[in-house]
Amino acid sequence: MTELLVGTKKGLFVLAGEPGAGFRIQARAFPGEPVDYAVRDARTGRAFAATTSPFYGPKIWFAEDAAGEWSQAEGVELPAGANAALERIWVIAAGEKDGRLYAGGDPGVLFQSDDGGESWQLNQALWEHPTRPDWQPGGGGLCLHSIVPWPGEPDRLTIAISAAGVWHTEDDGRSWRKGNRGLGARYLPEVGQEETTAFCVHHLERAPQRPERLFMQFHGGVYRSDDAGESWSEIGAPLPSDFGFPLVIDPADPDSAYVIPLVADMDRVTPDACVRVYETRDAGVSWQARGEGLPSADAYLTVLRLAFARRGQGPAMELYFGSTTGEVYGSTDAGGRWQTIAPLLPPVYALSAS
Amino acid sequence: MALVCVRGPLKQLAGGQAQHRIRGATVLELVAELEDQHPAVRGWILDERGAIRRHINVYVNGERGSDDTPVEPDDRVDVLPAISGGVA
Repeated sequence: MTELLVGTKKGLFVLAGEPGAGFRIQARAFPGEPVDYAVRDARTGRAFAATTSPFYGPKIWFAEDAAGEWSQAEGVELPAGANAALERIWVIAAGEKDGRLYAGGDPGVLFQSDDGGESWQLNQALWEHPTRPDWQPGGGGLCLHSIVPWPGEPDRLTIAISAAGVWHTEDDGRSWRKGNRGLGARYLPEVGQEETTAFCVHHLERAPQRPERLFMQFHGGVYRSDDAGESWSEIGAPLPSDFGFPLVIDPADPDSAYVIPLVADMDRVTPDACVRVYETRDAGVSWQARGEGLPSADAYLTVLRLAFARRGQGPAMELYFGSTTGEVYGSTDAGGRWQTIAPLLPPVYALSAS
Repeated sequence: MALVCVRGPLKQLAGGQAQHRIRGATVLELVAELEDQHPAVRGWILDERGAIRRHINVYVNGERGSDDTPVEPDDRVDVLPAISGGVA
């Protein structure tokens, strides 16, 4: 049984089904509220949801049963007197320590929990980073959207912020340093990019079998790093477009990555009115279109950065993505063939599979 | 003491009570006191800056108020989600 937690503009949808045999909507939580992200902690089975009520602000919730009652987590707020307010929680990720979770949000903030997600504390070093006054929000705000731990090394963590680039810590979040060398922003003057933090990273993933390798979907550009995110090489040239938001990897293959290109930042729909997932198995030297079962004509979809997820690994890896027009598609063979999982949901903001 | 009236999730968070007799000289003081009396309300009406959230409206005796609107004993203060905050 696979469970999909689908965060949408109008609530959380819990979908359940046997891979390849169809899914049904098991529950809808937070009806009418934007659900920006939802995920299960694989270690405990506890589910988390990040909501942003336009009335009552952003919250993190947790539940043992995603179809049951949700409890509000504590501490998800900025310091009093900071003259700033938390705008949104973008992502929640498990850490390497027992009970440790991270949450990334706008304005470029990282929270951590050491009690399984019931209470959270702001990471002060990132909040007080001396470069923060120079950080620039992207179109979605100053969002901390990618959190990639280092397997087996709990003090090491990499995060990405749009548009404040890549940041690394090796001391459990007590200090942070940039990791942007090699990135090129087409929306900035060519001169001065070495010094700036204004890099609009869209998504970041680490290859767990080779943790020094990371893949990045950038705001114009797909990149790979083989030195733990110190420097980056562009690998998106063979794609029909190197603009897009989400990126997924196959944990069994450190040379693998999947992206869903959009035409360009000025036209954020699937190229040629055709929905295709692109897969590399040679670390970005070549990319293959995977589209059997996906719309091939008259399809102008947008897939957001957290709306593409996997379950499992290897040839039977399940892949799922949702669009802002409310469709969810899935594959049970690592992207070879696809089927419609849900055709008529509200705009999909995020999706996770467990 | 003024009468503070809440609905929906705010009522649930405020101990299931829709009406609360609270002492305070301004709307902000009343809401802060409501939070103190019912900590579950914290963060739902006021943000971290201590300001009433953008899409929450307050009415004092039926007239639109703001954070610093003075409140007299026996005044009625309604705290309501604004029409502007709905999701289309």
